[in-house]
Amino acid sequence: MKIRLGIPSSLFYYVYYPMWHVFFEELGVEIVLSGQTTKTLLDKGVKEAVADACVPIKVYFGHALSLKQKVDFLFIPRIISVNNQTIYCPKFLGLPDMIRHGLSDMPPIIDVEIDSRKGWFSLLKAYIKIGRRLNKNKLRIIFAYLKSKKAHKYYLSLLKKGLHPSQYIEHLNGGMEPVLPSYDGNKPDFVFAVLGYPYEVHDYYISSGLVSKLKEMGVKVITIENIALKKSSLSGKLEKRMFWTFSDTVLNSAYYLFEENNIDGIIHLTAFGCGPDSMVDTLMEIASRDHPEIPYMSITIDEHTGDAGIATRLEAFYDMVKRKKEAI
Amino acid sequence: MPKVTFPHMGESWRAFKMLLNDLGNEVIVPEKPNKRTLDFGVRYSPEFACLPLKILMGSYMEACLNGAEIIVTSGGSGPCRAGLYGQVHKKILNAVGQDIDVIVFESPRAHPIDFLRNIKKLNPGRLSYLSVYDCVTRSWEKLKYLDRVEKLTHSLRPIELEKGNTSKIYQKVIKWLDDAHSLEEIKRAGKAALEELLLIPRDLGRNVVKIGIVGEIFVLLEPSCNLDVEETLGHLGVEVHRSIFLTDWTRDNSNRTTQETLTALEAAKPYLPTPIGGHGQETVGHTVLYANKGYDGVIQLAPFTCIPEIVAKTVLNGVSKIHNIPVLTFFLDEQTGKAGMVTRLEAFVDLVNRKRTNDNYDLKLGMAT
Repeated sequence: MKIRLGIPSSLFYYVYYPMWHVFFEELGVEIVLSGQTTKTLLDKGVKEAVADACVPIKVYFGHALSLKQKVDFLFIPRIISVNNQTIYCPKFLGLPDMIRHGLSDMPPIIDVEIDSRKGWFSLLKAYIKIGRRLNKNKLRIIFAYLKSKKAHKYYLSLLKKGLHPSQYIEHLNGGMEPVLPSYDGNKPDFVFAVLGYPYEVHDYYISSGLVSKLKEMGVKVITIENIALKKSSLSGKLEKRMFWTFSDTVLNSAYYLFEENNIDGIIHLTAFGCGPDSMVDTLMEIASRDHPEIPYMSITIDEHTGDAGIATRLEAFYDMVKRKKEAI
Repeated sequence: MPKVTFPHMGESWRAFKMLLNDLGNEVIVPEKPNKRTLDFGVRYSPEFACLPLKILMGSYMEACLNGAEIIVTSGGSGPCRAGLYGQVHKKILNAVGQDIDVIVFESPRAHPIDFLRNIKKLNPGRLSYLSVYDCVTRSWEKLKYLDRVEKLTHSLRPIELEKGNTSKIYQKVIKWLDDAHSLEEIKRAGKAALEELLLIPRDLGRNVVKIGIVGEIFVLLEPSCNLDVEETLGHLGVEVHRSIFLTDWTRDNSNRTTQETLTALEAAKPYLPTPIGGHGQETVGHTVLYANKGYDGVIQLAPFTCIPEIVAKTVLNGVSKIHNIPVLTFFLDEQTGKAGMVTRLEAFVDLVNRKRTNDNYDLKLGMAT
């Protein structure tokens, strides 16, 4: 019988799932996903997680709980750093421990440490460890790793062309072929940047469908995955770099977009109780004061399920941008 | 003379004031965090920022109004937010029109040249490095005595005959330390302070509960931030043992990690193997150590939205069950009402007391099994 491996569909899922998909497929492991976030899932997570945790962690608890009876192993890697420079949020570093001690009777957790600062080939070594935990042949693991790395590269290149992670992941899970957004003929009226962490922006439920709502209004949406940062626009903005990989990307994207000045509006999506974002949001707000020509809005999401509030704010923001454009 | 200020953290300001003064700066002593500090902090800080950031924001604002030009603070290597405090504070203060510079001291082990450069900036009197070293030694000595005196009050308070005596004498004797200047004077004042405290009439036969305090450094060290939890507990007849003192923390980050911290990190390994920034790992490790040492309970103090402490709290669930030690967590925020906390503390001490007298006491059920 195939080993059943559970991957909670949240947090790193939006960044690494295409890679993991290929890796585990090659190893002949059956992947069990927890699927889209739903109300029941969120409610379960809210009930079990520490009250003070941020919404994404509560969502993750819900995802992990829903896999409890269905799998032989839970895959929650401890991803510390992948670029040698920045590390992930402390909650990500302690994620396997939080699930292990915060929830009872969970299946064994594969919590291999992935830290590129540990020297040469540390990523490969980490993946070999993951494979060994599943009792696979070393050669086969290396082969699977190389193949998955290629898949990851391909995925990133698609994202840079304007695709959103959720579209590609849907395709992997049996959905239709992703189509790159093309607007020949009828150009979109506006281009908005929705800056925020992938697990908030691309989670349809928790973001109240923010991205699709904007698309329905005829707005082209770009997210942090679509932005190719230029080094030149970042220097000297902050004396010390953000520690956290996602926050660093979001803040740099904001600085870059403010500098380039060819976007119609910037929306910062942040989650209630997010630690790093308290700083990122303030810094973005201070930066936006120097660029009054680009409207900026910050939206905080939480466990609320009514989406009328967000819809109203988006419409108001859209109207404001529109009126501003017409006035010029 | 540049006007310099720094964060208010317990009684440590007495040592820092002396040091910066000796280096030839005019020191704007930060006020003890009060209602106004908090108001300023809340007004200018991000909503979800942790409490230390808000308190410091308020302190700095007050110092700015008193004419401060330079803020001296410590840095950090993350991933705790405290490592970015200096930069963010500067951005916010500049954005609201306060022209102020922030000098951030990173760990001298990782950034030695930066460290020396910062010292040079704070040395307008152009003292030689040897004299700077002398100044640092003296304030270090003062800091050590301040910590030792404070530690002694923790064990005296639960057994004092007259309630409130220890706190009163403590306030008196730290002034002696404040007035001492040369190395000789500091040592003499420190010893006198310890002796004076030991003269307090005590009831040695009293039944004393031992509780360890773990958590984030700022809220542990600043009593006005944790609603004087140590004093309150002391008056409830609890001997508290705090896991972090400023001198230990400074040692950990400058010279060599202390044996105590290493043991704590070792103890945390089975539950939380990676450093998660702040004092997350230490919190877990010290809880395990307290359980092993036979303490009756542990209290975790953390600022609201503190990332490492939230992780630690989740993990402490497991630690508490495995080691059968009661753990009470306080997430501290801008609320200053003390009654809620006191009630919870009283209930906790009751529970711990009952558990002490009955080994089979089940924490979950609230009764003996």
